[in-house]
Amino acid sequence: MNRTRLGWGVAVALPLAFLGVFFAWPVAALVGRGFVADGGGVDLGGLRDVLGSPRTWRLVGITLAQAAAGSVGSVLLGLPVAYLLYRTRFPGRAVLRGLVTVPFVLPTVVVGVAFRSLFRADGPLGWAGLEETFVGVVVALVFFNVSVVVRTVGGLWERLDPRAEQAARALGATPQRAFRTVTLPALGPAIASAAAVVFLFCATAFGVVLVLGGLGYGTIETEIYRRTTQFLDLRTAAVLSILQLVVVTGALFAAARARGRGERALHLEQEDVAAHRWSARRASDVGAAAATVVVVGVLIVLPLAGLVGRSFRGPDGAWTLANYRALGTTGGRNALSVTVWEALGTSLRTALIATAIAVVVGGLVALVVSRRPRARAARRAVGLLDAVVMLPLGVSAVTVGFGFLITLDRPLGLNIDLRTSGLLVPAAQAVVAVPLVVRTVLPVLRAIDPRLRQAAAVLGAPPGRVLRDIDLPIALRSLGLAIGFAFSVSLGEFGATAFLARPDSATLPVVIFRLIGRPGAENYGMALAASVILAAITAACVMLAERLRQDRGAGAVGGEF
Amino acid sequence: MATRRRLAMTAAVAALLPVLGACGTAAPGADPTSGASGAGTVTLVTHDSWAVSDDVIAKFEADSGVTVKQVAVGDAGTLANQLVLTQGSPLGDVVFGIDNTFASRVADAGVLEDYSPAGAATGESPFAGLTPIDQGDVCVNVDTAWFDAHGLAEPVTLEDLAKPEYRDLMVALNPASSSPGMAFLLATVGAFGVDGFDGQGWTGYWSALKANGLTVAESWSDGYYSEFSGGGEGGTRPIVVSYSTSPAFTLTEDGSATTTRALLDTCFRQVEYAGVLAGTANPAGARALVDFLTSETFQADIPGQMYMYPADPDVALPADWVKFAPLAPHPFEVAPDQITAHREAWVDAWTEAVGA
Repeated sequence: MNRTRLGWGVAVALPLAFLGVFFAWPVAALVGRGFVADGGGVDLGGLRDVLGSPRTWRLVGITLAQAAAGSVGSVLLGLPVAYLLYRTRFPGRAVLRGLVTVPFVLPTVVVGVAFRSLFRADGPLGWAGLEETFVGVVVALVFFNVSVVVRTVGGLWERLDPRAEQAARALGATPQRAFRTVTLPALGPAIASAAAVVFLFCATAFGVVLVLGGLGYGTIETEIYRRTTQFLDLRTAAVLSILQLVVVTGALFAAARARGRGERALHLEQEDVAAHRWSARRASDVGAAAATVVVVGVLIVLPLAGLVGRSFRGPDGAWTLANYRALGTTGGRNALSVTVWEALGTSLRTALIATAIAVVVGGLVALVVSRRPRARAARRAVGLLDAVVMLPLGVSAVTVGFGFLITLDRPLGLNIDLRTSGLLVPAAQAVVAVPLVVRTVLPVLRAIDPRLRQAAAVLGAPPGRVLRDIDLPIALRSLGLAIGFAFSVSLGEFGATAFLARPDSATLPVVIFRLIGRPGAENYGMALAASVILAAITAACVMLAERLRQDRGAGAVGGEF
Repeated sequence: MATRRRLAMTAAVAALLPVLGACGTAAPGADPTSGASGAGTVTLVTHDSWAVSDDVIAKFEADSGVTVKQVAVGDAGTLANQLVLTQGSPLGDVVFGIDNTFASRVADAGVLEDYSPAGAATGESPFAGLTPIDQGDVCVNVDTAWFDAHGLAEPVTLEDLAKPEYRDLMVALNPASSSPGMAFLLATVGAFGVDGFDGQGWTGYWSALKANGLTVAESWSDGYYSEFSGGGEGGTRPIVVSYSTSPAFTLTEDGSATTTRALLDTCFRQVEYAGVLAGTANPAGARALVDFLTSETFQADIPGQMYMYPADPDVALPADWVKFAPLAPHPFEVAPDQITAHREAWVDAWTEAVGA
């Protein structure tokens, strides 16, 4: 019993310590600075000034509208794609699954440029008049986030027992009605999870908003960036950070309520068992296919095709491989200090460390949060942990990055300057990836029928054995997905990485950003070629993670349901 | 050539591995052996545009016995503000990349040691603890081919840009998000002040530009590649805010001419400084590195690496630069303490004037 308690203690303490050192403390320290008067003492004047300004409320309004539109759009467009990719079987499905994930990991700068050229008056979507509009920004945000919905919802959907819906149909329900009353409620928790994550991403989106929003378009996030990095106006930034936290907490609270209502143990199948061969005679299959063609074709392939096409052209417009050959160099007139391949190596190394941290920390959190302790206080604490672990997605990378500067010079009395050590970048990326790991693993763990655990315990299995034989095999299957997610987030991470000190080594997104910022058409072409490589590697990693998962699923853990 | 350099680097790195291992867990520059000899490690904190040839740094390391650890932290504004924020617990030993628009904020914050190499060829700065290393101009650039094709005379002055014949042709950069954008805003402040441009001041000038169909890009790359017709990426506007060196990168096939031109009467000069950070544990090594940044070896490396002019006027420039990318003879100026005092208010006023 004592050992069990110790085990749970470690499972709670380790993630809390990690998030405390690399998230809560830096953010609290920086926000705290904003409320300290020049001569010491507390200064709450900033609160009055900032909250009294109409500009602040305009920023809050735009932030909320942008996040709401982005998440609604992603869910509406993501659901049919999730159905097609996880509930039906057809040739080329794995490739399509990988393709859908690509946008999520592209560096924002590249996406910004790709969409700008689409929206431009003479571009392929110029007729829509989306340049520098709210809708234009939302379209780009949906481009990024639709894969979150597809993967999160799809992961559950593919394992949903089809017999419940079949029973409803047999009892005379129309397909629409069976979907609405049986399938949709079962998917509810996953949809709420995905929507919450997307809401946070959209509320704190930075690069895309900056490039596509144009003048006068600003959100809380871009204003925090501006106030902090350009003016060091910590007074204003602190108040805005608190506002951002309020918005984010509100969203999380709403999502938790929605999840809680719909949550219950589901009868889960092994993945892909529930999927059927795609059929032109099923209206739902045809509808989903049509929706997917539009989403994938217009939203994903069009911008990506522009990017890929341009990466194979020289400055004169002729087809060439020169941009790819240049990846082994340091760019036109030495634009870089490392070659793109070296930067890719750095990226992969960093992503490996970040993924390891994120999977351990996120896995532990998911395990703890998936439990329902009997004591009310403990249940509350678990609920709180569930919400707190999501906060890194909702707090500005600038606040975290600048917070590191004033807290990690000698953390916990250690004689190590973490601020300039090579470990800071993977740690910061892991902070962003942890919530995704939790959100991917948790729905699956939560959906385990508690009676399975009880039965094991009754049969004499100690708690550790229950964990190993019941929770672990099931969690492992979603772990493949979680690893893929964490790895791709880390590979594409730009915001936090760009604000941190990087000793001698730049990651691929940083290198791409740098190439785009250097004069010379050959550097621009090289940046696009590097983006294509980054996208291809990410897609390959995600497909590999998927493959690993399938292999394991086909193995020994078959018939426990 | 490249291979040989890499070999040399590998050898240098291999030789230094024990040193690196010893310093890996130590604080920047906290090598107890550092002293008058200038040995040990020096952490050089820079902005993202910092670049140096491997062999140039290797030469410094070989000559001085100091190991240089390079740390990049973001754009110039981020760098300056991170230094101010970490006052008392510096990120490293030496900083490079504080420009004249941020210099007075950094110099006043007490984060620099009052050191400048005596009699350096790069000259002196008005700021205690900062030594000029390189410089460059932000100027309006025009697509000369476009103006030829359309039979329109190229603009020359800032005032020209507000004239009706140049309607809908110009791209500026947002000073809130782009450092050349900020520099060009300062050019207009320096040119017009509060009562120039027929009494309308610099904000009136921006209103006039806006009324004349100005478009504003968020970053230099966005403006130059997405919007500017001379950037070679399908942009349509022939006037853009860029650098005086940009024309050296738009040469014709045979390199005998360039297709763009910088308007030298529209420029603001950026000067970048280096300095020793207060609280360094290796003052001798830090000073040696600053000295090295002013040396001819490093100065000659600047144009090819950072697209800036060396601060030392006697250092030879690339031939393309001499021909196509001269510095402005009389750039507009704004007093540094004025910039520090008004930066935020000016950006807000600009935002208002441009109707954002």
